[in-house]
Amino acid sequence: MEDLKLELKNNIIELLNLEDVNVDEIKDDDSLFGDGLGLDSIDALELIVMLDKDYGIRLTDPKEGKKIFESIEIMAAYITEHRTK
Amino acid sequence: MGNYYINGIGCVSAQDSSDNELGLQNFVALTENVAPLQKPDYKKYIKPTMIRRMSVGVKMGVVASSMALQEANVEVPEAIITGSGMGCLRDSEKFLKNIIDNEEQFLTPTAFIQSTHNTVGGQIALGLACKAYNVTYVHDATSFETSLIDGMMILDEGEQNVLVGGVDEIGNHTTELHKLIDRVKKEETLKNSLLNSKTKGSIYSEGSQFFVLEDKKKGNCYAQLLDVTIYNKLSKNEVTQKLEAFLMDNNLTISDIDVVVLGLNGEVDYDAYYTTLQNTLLVNTTQVYYKHFSGEYNTASAFGMWTACTLLKSQKVPGNIQLNDIQPTSIKNVVLYNQYRGENHSFVLLKSC
Repeated sequence: MEDLKLELKNNIIELLNLEDVNVDEIKDDDSLFGDGLGLDSIDALELIVMLDKDYGIRLTDPKEGKKIFESIEIMAAYITEHRTK
Repeated sequence: MGNYYINGIGCVSAQDSSDNELGLQNFVALTENVAPLQKPDYKKYIKPTMIRRMSVGVKMGVVASSMALQEANVEVPEAIITGSGMGCLRDSEKFLKNIIDNEEQFLTPTAFIQSTHNTVGGQIALGLACKAYNVTYVHDATSFETSLIDGMMILDEGEQNVLVGGVDEIGNHTTELHKLIDRVKKEETLKNSLLNSKTKGSIYSEGSQFFVLEDKKKGNCYAQLLDVTIYNKLSKNEVTQKLEAFLMDNNLTISDIDVVVLGLNGEVDYDAYYTTLQNTLLVNTTQVYYKHFSGEYNTASAFGMWTACTLLKSQKVPGNIQLNDIQPTSIKNVVLYNQYRGENHSFVLLKSC
C-alpha cells in the first residue's frame, strides 16, 4: 500500500504538471481538491483516465470520483480493492 | 490611415531579452542548430496556480505581453491579436502521440485544450479578464505581419490601443521532421558564423514578442508604425521592385531609409533574396540582421521588429548585428524585410517618434 501511495503521488505530480510540489509535501490524508492540493475539474478528468489506463478501473459514474479522489489514502485503498491490472 | 505608435514592447527569446533598454548589447550568437529559449522568471508574471496548465508557448506569450502592457501603462487592451505559425506545438505533438500510443483511448483533455493556435491569445485574455476582440492569425512566416495589419485596422476603426504579437515554440518531433527535409541545419553546432555556414536549412528556435500599438504617442514611445505589406511569392528580382514600390507608397525612397533590418537566416538556398537587395538597392544603407540571435521560427520577424524598436529608441546600431560598415548619422526611418524559403515576404516600415 505504501508503494502504491508513493506511485500515485509521483504520477499525480507528473500528470498534472505540479512543478513546485514534491512527493514529501503531499500527505496521505491531504485533500486533493479545494483547499488541499487545489486540483480542479479538468484534473479530475485526468485522474479518471489514469485509473482506467494504469489500473483498469473504469468509473461509470463521474460522481464516484468525488469520493475516490478525496485523498491519496482513499485513492490507494480504492485502487487496491478494485484494480484489474 | 491613422497613427500607430508602439508604446510598449516585450520579448522572450533564446537570449536574455528581458531588459528592453539593454537591447541586444549582451546577446551571444546562437551556435546550436536547435536553440531553446532562455526561460524568463515566469512567476513574476503568472500566478503559480495558472503556470502548471500553461504550455511553453502560452507562458512566453503571457510574459512578453505583460512586459509590453506594463511599459505602455495599459491594463486591459481593446484588442488582442496574436500571430503564430505553428501554435502550441509541444501539446499538439503530445496529444497526437497519446492518440497513437493509446490506440485512440485514454485521451485526456489538458494537452488538447492547450494544443490550439489560439490558446496563447485566449490565456492572455483570461489573465487580464479582457473580453475584447481576440484573433489569432496562422500564416506561416507572415503570421505576425498579418496580425500587425489587423491591429492597424482595429485602430483605424476607433479603438485606442491594441496588443499585437507573435509566438512560436519548438516541438521535438516537428524539428526532427524539419531536419529530414533540410529546414533545420544538419550540423548540431555551427562551425562558422550563421551567414557563412553555406549549408541547407537554418538554426531553429522559439520565442514571443508583443507590442502595444496606440493611436497616441506616449513618453515611452519606441517608434511609429507606418506601413506593413505582405506577398506570398516573389522572385528575387521582384523583391527590389516591390520594396521600392512599398517605399513610394509612403512617399519615401531608399535614400530616406537609415537602417534596413533583414531576416537573413543562413539558409544557403534562400539568403540570396536578401543578398540581391544588399548588393543593389541597399548598398548605401546601414544593414542589420538578427536571426543569429533569435534563430528561425515562423514569427521570428517579430524579434526583428523588437530589434528595430530598440535601435530607434536608443538611436544606436550595435556592432553585433551590423552587416556593413555604414553608420547612420541618425535613425529616423527603418524598413524590415523578411521571407522564409522564398515565400511569405513582408515589408514593415517604422519611423522614430
